[in-house]
Amino acid sequence: MVEGYNGLLTATVFLPVVGALVLLLVVKGDKNVRNFAVLIALADLVLSLIVFSFFDRSEGADRFQFVDKITWIPDVGLNANFFLTVDGLSAPLVALTGLLGMCAILASWHIGFRVKEYFIWLLVLQSAVMGVFTSMDLLLFFLFWEVELVPMFMLISVWGSGRKEYSAMKFLIFTILGSGFMLVGIVAVYLTPGLGTFDMVELSTKATMLTSAGLLIPMGGLFWLFFVGFAIKLPTWPVHTWLPDAHTDAPTAASVMLAGVLLKMGGYGLLRINVGMFPSQADKFAWVLVFLGVVSVLYGAVITMRQTDLKRLIAYSSVSHMGLVLVGIGSIGISEGTLSVTGLNGAAMQLFTHGTVTGLLFLSVGLVYEKTHTRYIPDLGGLAGRMPFVAVAMLIAGLASLGLPGLSGFVSELLVFLGAYQAYEWPTALAVAGIVLAAGYILWMMQRTFFGERRASFDDLPDASLVEALPLVLMLVTIIGVGVYPAILTDVFESGLNPMVDVLNGVINP
Amino acid sequence: MVSEAVIWSIFLLPLGSFVFAALVVRPFFNRFSIVSGFVTIAALGTALGFSIMTLRSVILGHHLEFEPFEWLVVGDATIEMGLLMDPLTALMLVVVTGVSLLVQIYSLGYMKGDPSFSRYYAYMSLFTAAMLGLVLSSNIIQLYMFWELVGVSSYLLIGFWHERPAAAAAAKKAFIITRIGDVGFLIAILYLFTQADTFAVAGLNAFNIPDIWQAAQPEAAAGAIIGGAALTWLALGIFVGAAGKSGQFPLHTWLPDAMEGPTPVSALIHAATMVAAGVFLVARFFPIFEQSVDAMTVVALVGAFTAVFAASMGLVMNDIKRVMAYSTVSQLGYMMAALGLGLYAPAIFHLVTHAAFKALLFLGAGSVNHATGTFDMRYMGGLRKHMPVTYVLVLIAGLALVGIIPLAGFWSKDEILLGAWNGDGIVDTWVSRVTFFSLIAGVVATAFYTIRMIILTFHGEFRGGIEKELEDKSKADPAAEASHGGIHLHESPFVMVLPMAVLGVAAVFIGYLANPQWVDEFGIPQHWITGFLADGLAESLGAVGHHETLEFSWSMAAVSTAAALSGIGLAAVLYLRRKGQGTDPLERIKPVHTMLSEKYYMDTLYENVIVRKGFYRVFAGTLDWIERNLVDGTVDLIGWFFRNIGTVIGKMQTGQVQTYATGIAFGTLAIILALLLAN
Repeated sequence: MVEGYNGLLTATVFLPVVGALVLLLVVKGDKNVRNFAVLIALADLVLSLIVFSFFDRSEGADRFQFVDKITWIPDVGLNANFFLTVDGLSAPLVALTGLLGMCAILASWHIGFRVKEYFIWLLVLQSAVMGVFTSMDLLLFFLFWEVELVPMFMLISVWGSGRKEYSAMKFLIFTILGSGFMLVGIVAVYLTPGLGTFDMVELSTKATMLTSAGLLIPMGGLFWLFFVGFAIKLPTWPVHTWLPDAHTDAPTAASVMLAGVLLKMGGYGLLRINVGMFPSQADKFAWVLVFLGVVSVLYGAVITMRQTDLKRLIAYSSVSHMGLVLVGIGSIGISEGTLSVTGLNGAAMQLFTHGTVTGLLFLSVGLVYEKTHTRYIPDLGGLAGRMPFVAVAMLIAGLASLGLPGLSGFVSELLVFLGAYQAYEWPTALAVAGIVLAAGYILWMMQRTFFGERRASFDDLPDASLVEALPLVLMLVTIIGVGVYPAILTDVFESGLNPMVDVLNGVINP
Repeated sequence: MVSEAVIWSIFLLPLGSFVFAALVVRPFFNRFSIVSGFVTIAALGTALGFSIMTLRSVILGHHLEFEPFEWLVVGDATIEMGLLMDPLTALMLVVVTGVSLLVQIYSLGYMKGDPSFSRYYAYMSLFTAAMLGLVLSSNIIQLYMFWELVGVSSYLLIGFWHERPAAAAAAKKAFIITRIGDVGFLIAILYLFTQADTFAVAGLNAFNIPDIWQAAQPEAAAGAIIGGAALTWLALGIFVGAAGKSGQFPLHTWLPDAMEGPTPVSALIHAATMVAAGVFLVARFFPIFEQSVDAMTVVALVGAFTAVFAASMGLVMNDIKRVMAYSTVSQLGYMMAALGLGLYAPAIFHLVTHAAFKALLFLGAGSVNHATGTFDMRYMGGLRKHMPVTYVLVLIAGLALVGIIPLAGFWSKDEILLGAWNGDGIVDTWVSRVTFFSLIAGVVATAFYTIRMIILTFHGEFRGGIEKELEDKSKADPAAEASHGGIHLHESPFVMVLPMAVLGVAAVFIGYLANPQWVDEFGIPQHWITGFLADGLAESLGAVGHHETLEFSWSMAAVSTAAALSGIGLAAVLYLRRKGQGTDPLERIKPVHTMLSEKYYMDTLYENVIVRKGFYRVFAGTLDWIERNLVDGTVDLIGWFFRNIGTVIGKMQTGQVQTYATGIAFGTLAIILALLLAN
């Protein structure tokens, strides 16, 4: 039984929303609002980094640390608790959320329309995502999962561009559709005789022992109910079409958060719930995951090639890259031998690295759009001469995205491929071929946007200012740091994934 | 004996100068960008010194084995990084640092005044560091990482003048085509990991290069861990990667375009870094290739074919750098063919001599360009009078390339030819014979295009340089003008001529001195370099003692010299007497000439037919249509359905009891029917 109250995670999760309240009630004036928001984000970043760096990664340490658990709604006989904690899987994602939250606020310096409201939504969003990564109670998890929709919906529909209402609504409906399935799954798990709990720690040990007989819904059914919810969020082919629309029409900061952390919720859910709570089903259906993953990787990459809008291009590349998460998880489908944590670790790493890499890509594109007022690639070109810093940032992000060693993307891709190839040779080989397509769309995008001849109207473009450059530098440092010394993350992820792998090995080799 | 720190410094010094130039000079002190040049040269000079110390230590037979450190341990995957020191690595270190140092010195003159001077030196340092890291790697994943870094540095350098559309396109092409090869390499690595458990049982690490060698040996204690078809596929996967980097058919098309980068970059790419990496990779895994007749046959035949195929295109090119580029592809074919025939030491020997004379040729082309402003040989001519030093040096390098005794290329090329003729029993005799005759045909072609190039550039009358070229092309190319200072027909500055002279000395002497044929010379033992390499290879597999080297054969020398002379003679007859700017004599055989100058239409096939039409327009276009209309269309359709269903349902709420009753009746009937059918 995991018990206790530490308080650190409660602070990390609720600091932004408390900050948002203060912002709403106390702070006046656009300048003060901005400064206050950035202070809150900075404080939350520090907290999240404390969580990450003080997380005890040594062998024999507790699996779940920084536990905040209080009985929540005992009166109505609902066995739900306020239960926050992190393990090795969630601790890096908490840090990622803190980092991207900070970057998102810095990238919003130029917002001049309904400023206070904007920053309030951004802070609420950060709290919600933090909550998703730290809740270890299904009901609380679901609550945060749903709360996150509101600020994102508002950010896209009010501060977005293009068909923003359509895109915001599409994002909302898609996700709610997924959560509907998930809610049925949660209720069914709770109502199953012998379970009667929302405690995810308990469930991850109990559910594995269940046979289909005692279940309200067959275990395979439960697996798929949760899967649909997470697959939409990830997103995987063929339920990905909300992503390009939402990304394209969202303001820069929302794109950063959306690609950087919101998609990660899908991958996190798959690992935490689908793999962690239904290991036998995950093993059984691993081939479906690999199939969807490989299709997402290749299909996403080919569609990316056709894009002419910078943000849409990056959005589709996300579909391709998130497919690798599924491929990595698919490594649990090995038919013989012991499962190694390699592929799952790759999938978890991919969540983190894609968060930073795509975050940086969107930040850079945001700057290009701000200065040139266009994202239409044929109208761009030759910007490197005028915006060398943005060009370098974009190039490094792009190279990380296509898996260049020394940058973070390589590590996660390598681990995913190493793990998955053991289970599914040919599908993985096909996914590996995706690296050529990735090189194609990234370098072609660079060529058309930053290289070649420049239009005369771009001759006076300024490079990024100091404030604008700051979030880019943060991301660059993270990308290169993780690329050179990936063990800083993989060790933590491994401590969280190893218990799952032990359970899975019991399933694979009964 | 050298310490581990010294060897690591060989790699870290240029890496440091990259960091210095990129993070300190470029952003903060760009006015003093010349500093980045000096720092790079100092770093490489020191690295060269350390490399020579290391080579000496290896020659003296010191035991240079170091513990690797763990870079990443995830589950079963233990990825280490370490140093692998053997004769191959030690030689490559000297070649890479040496050529790179000379190129950097030359660049001080060639790149003088370029606004991106510090960026140039940053990239060059990174390029050299990546290549050095590659040759030092003791782990296949470590090697793959540097392999990719070599690729990306060459991307950055080929596209150095990024405002030129052609440069940006060529850079992208180079990266993508080599990446196609990398897929094979990466899958080979993934395959190794599937065998990790078997490796572990034998106490080996599936990523550690010496362990992989061991695993492939059939005479190992437990028999081969990897063998049979799997070993062949493993070797071929690695070879696909090597073919991409080394421009072997059919992945050669990026290399001639890579000349869009500054000329010293081409010198480095073509001599010591990028393209040498592919040959190095096959040599590095030679103990695996050796175990598979099929893989060796493929390597030999691809190499032999590439040698002739590329040389044939070199015959008709008008751009001096393109002639040299095809020559590089062709010479890499020689090296690959040699490796495929089991001629490990001659292949590396040829790599070394080729590095000297090919670097010199490119630097010569840069020097010529410095004077005339163009690379088009149709606008050159007569430069021998204006730039005598460059002329003599290019002539030496050219004759070394052709393989004229006693210049460097002769000795290494003859080793390959002789070995091919003798055959060594790994591949079938017909493979050796086909390879031999292809390579001899290649010698004729090499002699022809080299002499044609030298005559067109240096002999006859001067034909106007860049000014005439721009006049002929009705519209001027602004980018071309930006980087050239027009025509000034005189010898290049000392800082450019000096490195060329050093390479010229090397192009004359290293062939014979590295491998004296009859007696020990200046304390260098007979057949030194080939013996050194062959012993190193044998020792890596645990064998001791000295290994066979090829004895000099007068008859082979006669045959290859006759082949070379015939090519030279033909070129001299056709071009030496030619006056003015008349059509190229080869254009008289129009269809052949067109096919060759169109590069066998392979660029057209790849870029227009396969990529633009087949992939982009048809395949991706169809998929895009499906995405918009079917996948997303379904979503919108569902949305439309629910938005409008309310209206329809609303109409059904008529309030008439009769309608409802009918509905209930039919519904009940349907349920009963369903239950009946279900039972």
